Amino acid sequence: MELVTPSIGLIFWTGLVFLLLLLVLTKFVWKPVLKAVNEREQKISDALELAEKTKTEMKALQAQNENLLKEARAERDAIVKDAKETANKMVEDAKNAAKTEANKIVAAAREAINADKAAAISELKTQVAAFSIEIAEKIVRGELSTDGKQKALAEKLAGDINLN
Amino acid sequence: MSLIYSMKRFLLALIALLMVPVAFASESKENHEEEGFNVNEMIMHHVTDAHEWHLWGEHESAVSVYLPIILIDNGLQVFSSKSFYHSEPIEVVVDEATGAKAHYFVDVTGKYALLHEKIYTLENGALKFHEGHPENAMPLDFSITKNVLSLFFGAILIMFLMFTTARYYKRNGAVAPKGLAKFMEPLILMVRDVALDNIGEKKYKKYIPYLTTIFFFIWINNMLGLVPIIPGGANLTGNISVTLVLAVFTLLFTVLSANKNYWKHIFATPGVPVALLPIMIPIEFVGILTKPFALMIRLFANMTAGHVIVLALISIIFINENAAWGGLSVPMSLFISVLEILVAFLQGYLFAMLSALFIGAAVEEAHH
Repeated sequence: MELVTPSIGLIFWTGLVFLLLLLVLTKFVWKPVLKAVNEREQKISDALELAEKTKTEMKALQAQNENLLKEARAERDAIVKDAKETANKMVEDAKNAAKTEANKIVAAAREAINADKAAAISELKTQVAAFSIEIAEKIVRGELSTDGKQKALAEKLAGDINLN
Repeated sequence: MSLIYSMKRFLLALIALLMVPVAFASESKENHEEEGFNVNEMIMHHVTDAHEWHLWGEHESAVSVYLPIILIDNGLQVFSSKSFYHSEPIEVVVDEATGAKAHYFVDVTGKYALLHEKIYTLENGALKFHEGHPENAMPLDFSITKNVLSLFFGAILIMFLMFTTARYYKRNGAVAPKGLAKFMEPLILMVRDVALDNIGEKKYKKYIPYLTTIFFFIWINNMLGLVPIIPGGANLTGNISVTLVLAVFTLLFTVLSANKNYWKHIFATPGVPVALLPIMIPIEFVGILTKPFALMIRLFANMTAGHVIVLALISIIFINENAAWGGLSVPMSLFISVLEILVAFLQGYLFAMLSALFIGAAVEEAHH
C-alpha cells in the first residue's frame, strides 16, 4: 500500500519542478533549437531545390546548345548544298551554252556545206549539160557526116514512126 | 505496431521476472526474519521515499545525508531530519491481536513522530494504533525528501544538458550539430516526429515543448535512478506521486486542447443509438481518465519493477550469506541493469508517444 499511496509533498514538488522545467525549457531551449533546426532544414531543402533547378536549367541550356549546333549544322549543310547546286548549275549552263554554240557552229557549217554542195551540184549540172550538148553535137555531127548515114537515120526514124 | 507488440512482450517478460523476486521476498521473510536480513523490508526501503539519504551503515553507525523537513502545521515548520534519526527508535506493539511490532522515531522537540517515513503529530507524546495503523493526525509534509532532492538534481541536469545544446545553436546558427547538440538533436527530432505522426501537421507544433520536456524528464530521471550512488538511485520515476503528476499534465493537455469533435464522441458518440447513450457516456467519460491512469501505472510499475528486480537479485547474496552467490546474482543484475537502460529510454518514449496520441485524438478534426 505504501508503494501506491501518493504523497502530497512529492506531488507538489514534482508539479512545481516539472512546470518550471516546461516553461524554462520551452522559452530557452525547445523554441530556439527547433527554430535553428527548422532553419537548417529549410536551408537544406532550399539548397536542394536550387541544385535541382540549376540542373534543369543546365539541361535546358544543353538542349539549347544542341539545338543551336544542330541548326548551325543544318545551315552549313544547306549552304554547301546550295553552293554545290549553284556550281552544278553553272557547269550545266556553261555546258548548255557550249553545246548551243557548237550546234550553231555545226548548223552554220552544215548550211555552208549544203550551199556549197548545191552550188557545186548546179555547176556540175551546167557542166554536165554543156558536156552532154557537146557530146550530142559531136555524135549528131558524126551521124550526119555522110548522106548514107543521114538517109539510114531518116529511114530508121521513119520506121519507128510507122510502127507506132 | 511492431513496437507496441514488442512492448507487450517486453512487459510480459518484465512481469514474469517480477514474479521471481516476489517469491524470493515472501519466502525469505518467513525463513530469515530472525537472522536480521529482511529482503522485503530492504527493497521497500530502497524503492520508497525517505526523509534522509541513507548511504551506508546501520543504526548508530549509519552514514546518511539528512534532508530538511518542511511541515505545514500551524505555520511552516522547518527542521533537519537528523532530529528524527538521531533519536533511538521506539518499539511499539501496533496490533494486540497479531503482536506485530513497529519502530518509530520522535524528533527532538517531541512533537512529531516518523513511522515508515510518514510524519505524524504526537498526542501526549505517543502514537495511538488501531488495527496496526496509527490514528494520529498527519501534518502536510512538504519535506525535501530523497525523491525531491533527486528531482531537483534531475531538473538541474536536464537544464544543464539542454542549455548546453541550445547554446550551440545560438552560437553557430543553423548548422550541422556537433558535440552534445549532435547527441540531443536526434532525440528532440524523434519527439518532434512522434508529435507530427500522432497529432498531425496542423497542430503538432504547439505540443512539441510539452512532449520533449516529458520525454527528457522521464528519460533523464530514469537514468539517474539506475545510478546506484548519490545523487542517483532514488526511485523517482517509479514513485506513484511523480507518475501521477505527469499523467495529470497529459490529462490537462488532452482535455484543455480537446475540440468539439472530441466531446461529441464522448457525449453523443456518432452511430450509437440514443437508448445506449446512458451507458456509453459514463464509459466514454471514464475513458478520458483511464488513458492517463494507464500512463501513470505503466511508468510507475516499469521503473519500480526494475529497481525491485535488481535489488532482489543482489539480495540473493545476502539471503544465502555467501559471496559466491555473486557469481549468479551479479551477472543477472548486470543483465537487468542493461535492460533497464533500454527501459529508461523506452518508457520516456512511450509516455511522450502515448501523450501525443491522446492529444492527437483530442484535436482530431471530424472526417466522416
